[in-house]
Amino acid sequence: MSAANLSISEASQALASGDLSAKELTEDVLQRASMTEGQLHSYMLIDHDGARAAAKEADLKLAAGSGGSLTGIPIALKDNMVTEGIETTCSSKILEGWIPPYDGSLSQSMKAADAVIVGKTNMDEFAMGSSTENSAFGTSRNPWDPTRVPGGSSGGSAVAVAIGSALGSYGSDTGGSIRQPASLCGIVGMKPTYGLVSRFGLIAFASSLDQIGPFSRTVEDSVALLAAAAGPDKMDATSYHGAYPNFGGSLGKGVAGLRIGVVKEFGGEGQEDGVTSRFQATVAALEGAGAAVVEVSLPAAKYAVSTYYLIAPAECSANLARFDGVRYGLRVEGETVEAMMRRTRAEGFGPEVTRRILLGTYALSAGYYDAFYGQAQRLRTLMIQDFATAYASCDVLVSPTSPTTAFKIGERTQDPLAMYLSDIYTIPSNLAGHPAISVPVGNDELGLPVGFQIMAPALAEEVMYQVADAVETLMGRSPMPKLQEVAS
Amino acid sequence: MAIEIDIAHVARLARLGIPEEELAGYGEQLEVILEHAAAVQGADTEGVEPTAHPLGIVNAFRVDEVRPSLDRASVLAQGPDTTDEYFRVPPALETE
Repeated sequence: MSAANLSISEASQALASGDLSAKELTEDVLQRASMTEGQLHSYMLIDHDGARAAAKEADLKLAAGSGGSLTGIPIALKDNMVTEGIETTCSSKILEGWIPPYDGSLSQSMKAADAVIVGKTNMDEFAMGSSTENSAFGTSRNPWDPTRVPGGSSGGSAVAVAIGSALGSYGSDTGGSIRQPASLCGIVGMKPTYGLVSRFGLIAFASSLDQIGPFSRTVEDSVALLAAAAGPDKMDATSYHGAYPNFGGSLGKGVAGLRIGVVKEFGGEGQEDGVTSRFQATVAALEGAGAAVVEVSLPAAKYAVSTYYLIAPAECSANLARFDGVRYGLRVEGETVEAMMRRTRAEGFGPEVTRRILLGTYALSAGYYDAFYGQAQRLRTLMIQDFATAYASCDVLVSPTSPTTAFKIGERTQDPLAMYLSDIYTIPSNLAGHPAISVPVGNDELGLPVGFQIMAPALAEEVMYQVADAVETLMGRSPMPKLQEVAS
Repeated sequence: MAIEIDIAHVARLARLGIPEEELAGYGEQLEVILEHAAAVQGADTEGVEPTAHPLGIVNAFRVDEVRPSLDRASVLAQGPDTTDEYFRVPPALETE
């Protein structure tokens, strides 16, 4: 068996015992990538030389017993994470060719953990999208059915882990961009409490919503990846400086006595039958394992998508003002500095990014600010209050991660609003800044994976992971997609 | 709620030189999205304070100490047009 199929914990044990070297593991992962990339396109860039050098270094540290928490583990980073000396594009033409002169905090954390960075993964341009179809460099494909999308925006990071072109990866989640692709690709994807993972060196989309989190094939691996990335950072003014949760402190404890809330607004119209039946089977299994299941209501959730599509574009229109053809990336010449900027931005940004900049500019412009952006911020407060009311009667909330399984490439590209509604169950946790995770719970009648979302209050990652671990035990770990179906 | 957008004005504000023939299409898409988003105006938010930061952090202070910054040459190396110690841009004002 290829070592690319190992979980991080299995690989770490094999590395520690000497049954496997970091060199062998990295070569197996690079080989898996070379077999599958032509069809699946999970990576923007594979850093063969850098990965091999890091593996060599990891083997020395393994021999000396001096390595960090992810020594020799091949991981992938979404291409909106700044990596010194390695091209970082956000899958946008406006940043094509940019070689960052510094490492962001996540890249620094990975080096401190002695991980092997395999490369940078494909994404919707500037993380705006739910399918990777907005990448300026071609869509990634779902390893369970390459005619379908992997989800997005962190689709490349999800595909790489699902197929074994990395053992773990990181994405960013602004409205569901980790959890939704994890759900569509049959792996574990987690968004932490806002502020737990530094955003320094994460190219900003919507700063009050963006959060980095891990993709993995098991819940235990998710804990390990989060622990390696989380922590206070003086380089991020929104970093959390209080006491951090013991993320994996309750793994294996089961769910007996826990109260699990089913959100009644997250169902019904638009939810596929295959999703509903896997969700209900999982809730029944949790109840059978001793959890108390209660129905709860989040009345403000019906406004969540609208609230999000005002706040996120507003923040994006401000954040993306920095791409002006002056300091990095593309420049299209013009007679005046303003003409140069207008041409550069029109040529450099794709249609979805353009659409969101326009939307945000409008929502923030004189005369509309209070009716749109101001009202959205007040609704955000109501969403937080609704969650607080719900958590008075339960420990975690659960829902499907996405109303549908993976959809066909091209199916939603002509209808931006339909694409936005992909995020209906994931957005509320971003608005509230709460942690949430997607765990695979089997496949629908077409063989496509279904994800189960567990939401928890701010800083309650420990109980969130406790329930996620129980779900994984009760429903079984997802198998990997069959390689022969994707190797062309 | 019917929404009409002066899309050319919004594009100017955003410094997006969108080709004339594409402007109307963006305008129509924005109107559809904003009509959906305008649902927020139906919510009763009387007396509700806005949320800007989910955990309510207001200010973050750091010690005022001198630290090394990025090397100037390595930063300038990524600029599309630079000279000596500066990024170079076209004139800011139109010249006759």
